[in-house]
Amino acid sequence: MIETDKLTKRYGHLTAVDALSIYAEPGQVLGLLGPNGAGKTTAMRMIAGFQAPTAGTARVCGYDVRKEPLKAKRALGYLPEGAPSYGEMTVREFLVFIMRVRGLRSDVGRRRFDEVVGRLELEGALNVGIDTLSKGLRRRVGLAQAIVHDPPVLMLDEPTDGLDPNQKHTVRQLIDAMARERTILISTHLLEEVHALCNRVVIIAGGRLRADATPAELEERSRYHGAVSFSAPGSGISQEMLGRLPQVAGIEVDPLDGRVTVFPKPGERILEPVESLLRQQGLEVSEIQLERGRLDEVFRQITLGSETEAHP
Amino acid sequence: MNPVMALTRRELRSYFVTPVAYVFLVIFLVLSGILTFYAGDFYDRGIADLQPFFVMHPWLYLILVPAVSMRLWAEEAKSGTLELLQTLPISSWQAMLGKFLAAWLFIGLALLLTFPIWITVNYLGSPDNGIIVAGYLGSWLMAGAFLAIGACLSTLTKSQVVAFILTAVVCVLLILAGQPEVLDFFQGALPRKLVNAVAHLSMLRHFEAIGRGVLDLRDILYFVLTIVAWLAAGVLVLDLKRSH
Repeated sequence: MIETDKLTKRYGHLTAVDALSIYAEPGQVLGLLGPNGAGKTTAMRMIAGFQAPTAGTARVCGYDVRKEPLKAKRALGYLPEGAPSYGEMTVREFLVFIMRVRGLRSDVGRRRFDEVVGRLELEGALNVGIDTLSKGLRRRVGLAQAIVHDPPVLMLDEPTDGLDPNQKHTVRQLIDAMARERTILISTHLLEEVHALCNRVVIIAGGRLRADATPAELEERSRYHGAVSFSAPGSGISQEMLGRLPQVAGIEVDPLDGRVTVFPKPGERILEPVESLLRQQGLEVSEIQLERGRLDEVFRQITLGSETEAHP
Repeated sequence: MNPVMALTRRELRSYFVTPVAYVFLVIFLVLSGILTFYAGDFYDRGIADLQPFFVMHPWLYLILVPAVSMRLWAEEAKSGTLELLQTLPISSWQAMLGKFLAAWLFIGLALLLTFPIWITVNYLGSPDNGIIVAGYLGSWLMAGAFLAIGACLSTLTKSQVVAFILTAVVCVLLILAGQPEVLDFFQGALPRKLVNAVAHLSMLRHFEAIGRGVLDLRDILYFVLTIVAWLAAGVLVLDLKRSH
């Protein structure tokens, strides 16, 4: 369980995180979303105990990070931004060091070590100096460090940043596999990640909470939600007729590829009427799609719309 | 394993996988030898003791100890590993202690490796080995005090160079505090009690007292308190930095 209670961080006059209250429970993968500089990393650093809050607090598994920092840290696995690690150590030495500091008994430690190394496919790199590893491998070492003590709460700051598509896929599978009994908080500015991973999303901008919803709920806020788009060469006449359908609010045509998007009036479903109209007209439709909504548009709407009030 | 021990082991290892350890050991051993035989008149004095050897240690430490201590925290802050360390379940005190112990043990090893000079003096004459042991102890305690100062000042900055210079300056002040020239300077300006206090802060005075073979509890306490006070100040800085 991760809980923040009016968590606030001020640097002089700048408020990096402003009375942020979020909550995530076991089984949840909560995505912390926001533009660069929104306060994601600062918020995570306070939860992890690297920075002290100016006001408010956070709890990890019920342990207040200000009152019982060591207990909170024991319950937490944390991947800091950029996955820092000691470059002069080998992967094996580094993981053994982390397990020792975390006080893992040697029998448990050996089992966890093998499990984590296997899961993150680090077998081949165990005796290699971390300095010489590729970015993707280094990120995996950072992840291994975060999960080696099998923590009930996991917090990952941009876990897939800088990875290639295959590596991203591996990391996402890993997070998915661990999600069942754990509480996971990941920060990202990649919207694709939200679909792939999160079952809830918190959007912050200017240090403040802007939205707290499921990905589907966010998509519903998009003006594209429920819209129908299709590609059909020579559909000029039918566009006019589509506009006259009682359920349709408007039509847009992409000037580049000629793709037509038909927007519904609020609460209306327009896939069937649009389809039947096109069929009546005998138009050759190469492809037709019912849109779920566009997260990038909702993201912009939420984070830009509130920028002016963020820093008065 | 205790987190302090785990950290001490990691730090010690890192000295030896990087060139730091070897450069330090070679320079320390070579310089302490040269200074003893040439600057210290080891032979011409005709006395079988290690006085010329120990008397150079404060000046050797002045350059070499800041070189060991400068990286303790500045390097972690610069490379970002500080965030990793401070989010592990280890308190600032434990982390400071673990790092300090590693550095202190390392310098202890360097001191032990000067044993040939001890063999030499025993071969040439029959020195009072009790005094020599006391000299080693005093030297190690003084190195610990310098290290604690360096560990504290290393928390202030991301730059190892800055940490080095700050540490060297503070150490030279503490060495010189008891010198007659410095005390004379203060004599006119300060009341006698304060001048005495300044004199008591001097590293040299306590180091030389132990080196004479007189193990006075007050001299040992001076070094222990100096170490604890500077480490505590370093812990304070670490914790203050988190809330700013």
